[in-house]
Amino acid sequence: MNWAGLYTVLSGVNRHSTAIGRIWLSVIFIFRIMVLVVAAESVWGDEKSAFTCNTQQPGCNSVCYDHFFPISHIRLWALQLILVTTPALLVAMHVAYQQHREKKLLVLTGHGDAKHMEEVKKHKMRIAGSLWWTYVCSVVFRLLFEAVFMYIFYMLYPGYQMMRLVKCEAYPCPNTVDCFISRPTEKTIFTVFMLVTSSICIILNMAELIYLVVRACARRSQHNSNPSSGKGSFYGHKHSSEYKQNEINQLLTEQDGSLKDMLRRNSGLQEKGDRCSAC
Amino acid sequence: MDWGALHTILGGVNKHSTSIGKIWLTVLFIFRIMILVVAAERVWGDEQDDFVCNTLQPGCRNVCYDHFFPISHIRLWALQLIFVSTPALLVAMHVAYRRHEKKRQFRKGDQKCEYKDIEEIRKQRFRIEGSLWWTYTGSIFFRLIFEAVFMYAFYFMYDGFRMPRLMKCSAWPCPNTVDCFVSRPTEKTVFTIFMIAVSSICILLNVAELCYLLTKFFLRRSKKAGNSKQQPNHENKEETKQNEMNELISDSCQNTVIGFSS
Repeated sequence: MNWAGLYTVLSGVNRHSTAIGRIWLSVIFIFRIMVLVVAAESVWGDEKSAFTCNTQQPGCNSVCYDHFFPISHIRLWALQLILVTTPALLVAMHVAYQQHREKKLLVLTGHGDAKHMEEVKKHKMRIAGSLWWTYVCSVVFRLLFEAVFMYIFYMLYPGYQMMRLVKCEAYPCPNTVDCFISRPTEKTIFTVFMLVTSSICIILNMAELIYLVVRACARRSQHNSNPSSGKGSFYGHKHSSEYKQNEINQLLTEQDGSLKDMLRRNSGLQEKGDRCSAC
Repeated sequence: MDWGALHTILGGVNKHSTSIGKIWLTVLFIFRIMILVVAAERVWGDEQDDFVCNTLQPGCRNVCYDHFFPISHIRLWALQLIFVSTPALLVAMHVAYRRHEKKRQFRKGDQKCEYKDIEEIRKQRFRIEGSLWWTYTGSIFFRLIFEAVFMYAFYFMYDGFRMPRLMKCSAWPCPNTVDCFVSRPTEKTVFTIFMIAVSSICILLNVAELCYLLTKFFLRRSKKAGNSKQQPNHENKEETKQNEMNELISDSCQNTVIGFSS
């Protein structure tokens, strides 16, 4: 399990995200994870071996390194990226649960063949109803994790600039000793780069949150002004599945045996519900 | 997530590129990314370990290395390649959006039955015209800008493309002016020149592609203007085709566009 594995897991979530969510995912993978793997890890690769202190005292080097770098930038960024990308799995789980329910419904109504199962797997879920809440929660958690890690970064390494020289007097160093950090300028450049991309991701998340809330309010006001049609509303998903159930029950009692007709009506209902799914 | 993943992402864009765009993508992956991964990274691998200064003063070597190499060539090239390849994703996103719209129309049961099923929409290649033309041209423009910016940054930081064997350093804590020796300077010079040359070829390809797109655009425009003068009743060929298809559909095409029924 490495970054490629995470990429596989998260690209499935991509389908059910908003457009801003997809842009956010691309920024995360290309400008943060890829830069981390391809460039930043080699810059920090020799951070301990090339950390030199002006002393022959054994142990002073290790102690000073540990004092100034409680946790390496690279590890902090890796943790940040993992924690920031995992709320999307909440959405993936919810979508999987909804797909499972739809499949069960199809099996109960006698459409449990492979083709319908495939169709359930392939169709894009609308971000409405309970899925909306899950999605919004995942965005809020993302924002929270980003903010927490930015704060931790600021607490551990005040300022973004990496110094060339640090003065250390931890035991067993005999007195104040000069220690030199390897590649400070390159590290500063990458730190600034990662901070900038982090801020861009925070802005994208906030924009996505605002977009979702505005859309929900718009849908709600549409629902309030047009209460008879439940399909375009905030609770549209719930209503459309109940409506579907009523239709299916009616069909079953009428013993409409023609599969094609049932499917046509079923697909007609689904497509009306999906009208606003291009988000 | 590494260069292989970038290759997978960008390989999809290849379908909708012009021929020059496909050549550019090939040059990028084979002569730049592959050379970087397979050869250049080894050459620069020991750049700090084998950077030797004529002093025993602790810290002098670190400081002098940092002074002469604010950012390593390898990292600069990696960033350049990432930035230069990402505008192609704008095109990929636009194509995905168009495909999504076509799928929606198809599912609604629109009377345009050009497509037999959804698979055909997925495999279809879109022509570079209309808004896609603007996205594509914009992406080439950004590519050019990023290439130029990185070439300039390179030149600004390393004052020319040659790697000297010896550098004189007097940054603190070096006691006085100290001689520092760079590891593998000739090999580094060779690879630097190679990468700069390929970069220039990519810039030329991008400029050529831009000119090609502009020429095609103006030709199409003049053709349209010419056609409208000759045949005022038919606005363009596509609308004539569409009218014919609509006639055929109203005659025979009643239940075709239902995904489940086939």
